[in-house]
Amino acid sequence: MSSPQVTSAATTAGSSGDDVPPRRRGRTSRPDASHARSYGPGFIAKLVLMAVVDALGVYVVWSAWTQDSYGILAVSLALLVAANWVYFTRRALALKYILPGLGFLLVFQIFVVAYTGYVAFTNYGTGHNGTKDQAVEALLVQNERRVEGSPSLPLTVVEDGGTLGFAVVGEDGAVTAGTAEQPLSAQDDATVQDGRATEVPGYAVVDREQILERQDEVTDLRVPVSDDPEDGSIRTTDARTGYVYTSVLEYDAASDTITDTSTGVTYTPNDDGQFEAADGSTLAVGWRVPVGFDNFVTAFSDGRYAQPFLKILVWTFVFAIGSVVTTFLLGLFLAIVFNDTRLRGRRVYRTLMILPYAVPGFLAALLWSGLLNTRFGYVNQVLLGGAEIPWLTDPFLAKLSVLAVNLWLGFPYMFLICTGALQSLPSDVMEAARIDGAGRWRTWRSITLPLLLVATAPLLISSFAFNFNNFTLIYMLTGGGPRFADASVPLGHTDILISMVYSISGVDGSATKDFGLASALSIVIFVIVGGISALAFRSTRKFEEIN
Amino acid sequence: MAIPTPATTAAAAGSSAPSSRTLTDHRRMRPRRWFTELGWRHVVGVVAVVYAAFPLVYVLSASLSENGTLTGSNTLFADVSGANYAELGTTMFWTWMANTLVIAVATSVGTVLMGAAAAYAFSRFRFAGRRIGLTALLIVQMFPQMLAFVAIFLLLLGLGNVVPVLGLNSKIALIAVYLGGALGVNTFLMYGFFNTVPRELDEAAKIDGATHSQVYWTIILRLVAPILAVVALLSFIATFGEFIIARIVLTSESNWTLAVGLYGWVSSLREANWGLFTAGAVISALPVLALFLYLQKYIVGGLTAGSVKG
Repeated sequence: MSSPQVTSAATTAGSSGDDVPPRRRGRTSRPDASHARSYGPGFIAKLVLMAVVDALGVYVVWSAWTQDSYGILAVSLALLVAANWVYFTRRALALKYILPGLGFLLVFQIFVVAYTGYVAFTNYGTGHNGTKDQAVEALLVQNERRVEGSPSLPLTVVEDGGTLGFAVVGEDGAVTAGTAEQPLSAQDDATVQDGRATEVPGYAVVDREQILERQDEVTDLRVPVSDDPEDGSIRTTDARTGYVYTSVLEYDAASDTITDTSTGVTYTPNDDGQFEAADGSTLAVGWRVPVGFDNFVTAFSDGRYAQPFLKILVWTFVFAIGSVVTTFLLGLFLAIVFNDTRLRGRRVYRTLMILPYAVPGFLAALLWSGLLNTRFGYVNQVLLGGAEIPWLTDPFLAKLSVLAVNLWLGFPYMFLICTGALQSLPSDVMEAARIDGAGRWRTWRSITLPLLLVATAPLLISSFAFNFNNFTLIYMLTGGGPRFADASVPLGHTDILISMVYSISGVDGSATKDFGLASALSIVIFVIVGGISALAFRSTRKFEEIN
Repeated sequence: MAIPTPATTAAAAGSSAPSSRTLTDHRRMRPRRWFTELGWRHVVGVVAVVYAAFPLVYVLSASLSENGTLTGSNTLFADVSGANYAELGTTMFWTWMANTLVIAVATSVGTVLMGAAAAYAFSRFRFAGRRIGLTALLIVQMFPQMLAFVAIFLLLLGLGNVVPVLGLNSKIALIAVYLGGALGVNTFLMYGFFNTVPRELDEAAKIDGATHSQVYWTIILRLVAPILAVVALLSFIATFGEFIIARIVLTSESNWTLAVGLYGWVSSLREANWGLFTAGAVISALPVLALFLYLQKYIVGGLTAGSVKG
């Protein structure tokens, strides 16, 4: 056996030793027998797959390079190299099987969780969206004003593959055209009629009707005059005449300050990621800076958030524990009732009873939100004869309704696992108990129940963790409402932590975005859920399975 | 319930003599005893079935009602018409349905492929980092991916600048995100099952000259088919109903999934859209319901596999 062939994977395999050594011996003596060397269909398939992966990978790396996204560049390059190494080496046998899943896991789970941790310590959100350079650029653009006394330029709205642009006729009669991304450039071949460009090669002239349709886009469009932002840009308000706009703000890179040329006020950067004047006023656009534990402090002690946060935290626990307990008790009760082989039609009962489990959760929650509607819902109108009970709008009743709906959704699952556990109880222990003279109640309490709990405990923990984050149910059933009367933030009595995070993050575009605070709250949930499951799994010795 | 055990053993043994005895027992039972032993179970069963099924009956009735409002749906089966179903054709419903099926099928196929491969490696190879890898997976499992939705949003925002197809409002990006959560959730379930397949089988194949990939594709995967079915189904159902990430990632209406689209119907103008929603709900629940009932046996086995075997 040649030593270079002994890989780290193979070395460890040798110790427990059963599958790899014979193969490696085969390889050394007959190299052509190796999978990688036999040009069978498997090898061709691998080559084709790797070619596709490489092509995509190179494309991603190249676009990352052109976009100056060096983080993405590094990660995609690393993944690409790893993939090629793993699949074209004879080493790393196990990695050949793990890598695809591992890649996705690293990027879309481990990275995002770590990134949540990072964002939690920044002020990322509305007004603090990007880097300082981006903030400066945005400030300059946003504060553009028409240059006093600048000439009005005849303007034509043009389009380049869906991207709007302007073609303007300068004072000297020369036509220039460009888009938001591309500064104005001379268009010598353009046709000019009545002092206005009517045809520009490379662009399509947009007709009047379309301009009306895309009015907002046209008035928002700014076409830079040149590569230098100081030169300003062309804008229009009527799609017929354009003016040169330049920013009233001026950024001085040397002193790192912004000066408002119209008022003369100088703004200097502060620790919160904003430009601040001497009188304390700040410019609207800031940038992302680390803020330490500020977000956590806000969550626990800020007047606006602390009270709702505590209420929501308590309710989240009540909801998660209550859900597990109620569904488990009902499921267990039904499992015991139907665990009698003499009962006819057991399968029919079982099939009909587990129907709620087979209905997607979001449909069930939406359906119940209609059934429980105060004025028109089936429950009030028909079952309660026209009563107007505010099932989803009264703070207490809404909580009760959430638990009740979750009971409907969740009991079939518990019924199934309890039935499974009951049926797999060892019959010899039961028999021994009977021979020892234990009564039915005694057997149940001392043997059945403990064994059942041991068997179902891991699933109960998973169920707790699931309900702790049961966003769909809460959001679809009550939307977190009814709102807290005293809070200025959009939170309500049935909000659980995850729906609170959702509201605060503003990712759905309905509120101001506060990614920092939202991530900090996510971290709190991670700690709670992770801590509880770790404790619980440790006590159920799940870790031992690894051996 | 004085003699529950003979009956149980009789049914289990399935021999003819004892089972005929139970039958005669049954016939001889006096009504009162029958009720205290079995009858009350039927009562409980009927109540439970009504509780479980009445919302479903209601949704079916509402979807068939001609009047598409919430109030108009309160008399069960007052009228039966396909108006609501026909009207679905004028909405984006079928686009959403197609989106949802594409996303859910792609996710569940990817999940099974990647999860099974990883489980095979962990179960059959002994390599450096195996123990750490398994422990890490167990820990990752405790941090649901969904909780990091803010970071997922920001990640896709950044990725979209580089590769638009992996950015926001792309179904492929959503599938990639779902696949990211696949390994953590399912590997353990599969790993346990893979361990129950005797290693002598792959060793025999290897002695006969099979490569590791031949063993995997032609021997192991066939033997673990039940767990593959379970994982595929659970992943399909989970993806089918996933809301929060789909809501964030898919911004334009033509890319929505059913969960996002139907939520929109109910949350806006709840009254007027009720008929449409119920018809959509019936149709979208059908594939899951059918799969579920068809594979019921496997699911029950799969659910308890993780726990009972310990």
